[in-house]
Amino acid sequence: MTHAIGQFAAIAATALFILALYWMNDPKTARHAVVAGVSAMSIAILATWIQPEIVHHAWILLAIAAGFLVGVPLSRVPLTAVPQRTALSHAFGGLAAGLVGTAEYYLWLGEPEHFTTFRMGALVVEVILGFLTFTGSLMAAGKLQEVRWIPQRPVTYPGQNVVNLGVLGAAVVLGVLLVLRPTAAWAPTAFPVVIGLALLFGVLLIIPIGGADMPTVISILNSYAGLAAVAMGFVLDNMLLVTAGALDGSSGLILSIIMCRAMNRSFTNVLFGAFGTVKKALVTGEQKEWKQESSEGAAQLLEQARLVVVIPGYGMAVAQAQHKVRELYDQLTKRGIAVKFAIHPVAGRMPGHMNVLLAEADIPYSALVEMDDINPEMPQCDVAVVIGANDVVNPAARYAKDSPIYGMPIIDADKARTVLAIKRSKNPGFAGIDNELYVQDNTWMLFGDAKTVIGDLVKQFAGGGFH
Amino acid sequence: MTDYWSMLFVFVLATFIGLGVIRRVSRLLYTPLMSLTNAISAIAVVGSLVVTGADYPKAIRILGAVALFASMTNIVSGFLITDRMLKMFKKK
Repeated sequence: MTHAIGQFAAIAATALFILALYWMNDPKTARHAVVAGVSAMSIAILATWIQPEIVHHAWILLAIAAGFLVGVPLSRVPLTAVPQRTALSHAFGGLAAGLVGTAEYYLWLGEPEHFTTFRMGALVVEVILGFLTFTGSLMAAGKLQEVRWIPQRPVTYPGQNVVNLGVLGAAVVLGVLLVLRPTAAWAPTAFPVVIGLALLFGVLLIIPIGGADMPTVISILNSYAGLAAVAMGFVLDNMLLVTAGALDGSSGLILSIIMCRAMNRSFTNVLFGAFGTVKKALVTGEQKEWKQESSEGAAQLLEQARLVVVIPGYGMAVAQAQHKVRELYDQLTKRGIAVKFAIHPVAGRMPGHMNVLLAEADIPYSALVEMDDINPEMPQCDVAVVIGANDVVNPAARYAKDSPIYGMPIIDADKARTVLAIKRSKNPGFAGIDNELYVQDNTWMLFGDAKTVIGDLVKQFAGGGFH
Repeated sequence: MTDYWSMLFVFVLATFIGLGVIRRVSRLLYTPLMSLTNAISAIAVVGSLVVTGADYPKAIRILGAVALFASMTNIVSGFLITDRMLKMFKKK
């Protein structure tokens, strides 16, 4: 009886998970997705809990209570910290998969009839994927959170890829040996070595990755966490783990592909290319000077515009400027000026980062336009306001073959009649690439923290200077 | 025991359903999508529950309890933050 309930629950939960993802196709229905997801998860947990083999209820209650204790505060982080929260939860997902795999292995050592080649193969995959996702995601979260002892800049050294692949290769070879001889005398000692190598590989994999590649890396780790759950399903003969894990894995895969396309790069190039360090300043013949503009001047430009396109980047997130951007949006729309937001797929540190920040500031999502839809309109744009975005508006991506961002689709800010670029400092910036957009004849720079600069602009409008 | 061929079969079909459904997800919602799928992949909770709650040696159950804690954290924070973000998307 309880077995039938369990099977039925798995089917119902799978259907609800698929519905949840389906409802994400429109912001209007998206909140149903959470209801469906929570129902599916509750069904799955209850149906497992009532199975006769579950006897230690106190332990379960304790672990669940601890999960709530940590989970609730983690859901209340500021939205600018969402990328690192996401990375952290990938780490937790990987850890859970790795630990369950480890537990099953040592459990089965006492009952070796459980070891089939298929199961043991899945178990090794689960453990390797789980633990490498664990440390890899912790490193990514640390980099995003700017934890002091984790280097922010990509760390590279000669032979890095050889070392990384060597570590992974060793884990795989040892894993294959374990699949062939799971109960050999050396096997219980070799198993922790596989775990150690996977943990090490996760760290090594993320060390050479820079901030600009984080959207892709987070998506790939998302996919790994899903695949680890699938492998756990194979190990435990549990269809629900297979279906839910596959849904998560395919979601991570699609996001990774979209992120890679948006940077015109391949997976291998992101993971093994060490993007951040190969960037060097491009020498473009004559060195042009920037032209700086005051907030009065910039406000005048904006006031005379009919169409303003705002192009946000990571700088807006760092400065937490989204609410000031909203005030500027209000001031402009009040004067009958059309304001649109151009969102590049890799702007920020994770997929959809800019959309969430602007939505938080109550900017209607109908004003957020994707890159491919805004670009044809850019020549009609009177003022493009670039807020802390750099690579995604760098015209060098179109023609400079030696540039690391060559071929990356960009938002055509340079085609607007006037460009206002807000930038934190006069330095070439973290990436070290010169951006000729900043020295174009029709570009005016506003230097400073995005929140302060936009606040000053809003004051110009609100302070009575314009009527 | 379930035949592993049918498990692989289900895996392939579920992946294609996933690809089909996720391709239609609004680009606006990629960040909440990721926190939602995070919570969904915490379905590992099912495995963790068994390892924690069954009559296994204590060391095994400790591993299970840590896994259960990690999965539960993802479920709770994943669904809550997804809802918090989705609430913010307004048309006008």
